[in-house]
Amino acid sequence: MRVFYTWACIACTVCFAAAGDVLLALAMSRIGDLGDLRREHGILAVVTRVLSSGALFGGVFFMALAFFSNLVGLSWADLSLMGPASAALTFVTNAVCAKFFLHENVDRRRWFATLFVCSGVVLLTRS
Amino acid sequence: MTLRKYLVLLAVIIFGSTGDSFLSRGMKQVGAIDIHHISSIFTAVANPWVILGIFFLLGFMSSYMTALSFADLTFVLPATAISYINMTLISIFWLHEHVSPQRWAGVALIVAGVGLVAGGPSRTERPPEAVPGSSALQEQR
Repeated sequence: MRVFYTWACIACTVCFAAAGDVLLALAMSRIGDLGDLRREHGILAVVTRVLSSGALFGGVFFMALAFFSNLVGLSWADLSLMGPASAALTFVTNAVCAKFFLHENVDRRRWFATLFVCSGVVLLTRS
Repeated sequence: MTLRKYLVLLAVIIFGSTGDSFLSRGMKQVGAIDIHHISSIFTAVANPWVILGIFFLLGFMSSYMTALSFADLTFVLPATAISYINMTLISIFWLHEHVSPQRWAGVALIVAGVGLVAGGPSRTERPPEAVPGSSALQEQR
């Protein structure tokens, strides 16, 4: 049962983290380049646009959920399992979500980069 | 990609990994938190390393949001994965940990992944959105 709870926590962490990243990316792409916005309309316009984005608050909410489900998972499983499993699966899930929800051009180069990085993270955290 | 955008990505890397390291050091000083006395987590916030870590993670959040405003998520995530390498360097030089050959292989894979994604475009090209009145302007031309 403990194994089931651990993997349920990993699944929750991955789903919440991916939802948080996708919502944050969606909010920021809608707002536009913050540097250009600041140059053209000033810092007050940047703060107003950022704080009026519902998707951004949704993203922060899901990131907080991912943080707490990771903490709960760490109380049941070792960091050597939770760390690599959640980090590597989040990388791949983000790439899939970015392709289907954000309609990003995830070409072969980005898929390879994602796979290289997740393999590297697994090696770093398991050793 | 301009120098300013590379500096934003660098800020994501430095703030993220340094903030995590400060939090880790602070939480080691605080000790394990009992799940039955979860309120004791608030005492951890008084630790100077934890406070410093939270400030760095606020810097991470603002630079991460700035990076997402000019680049795709599938560009930012692998490009900023270099923070794992930064953490390895911190663990060698600050925490004096031993780094195995397996870890160095992981670093090499991350460098390869970052090199791959950095060579490509940072933003997906989209057709210009229809601006109200633009069709009328085109018809006039």
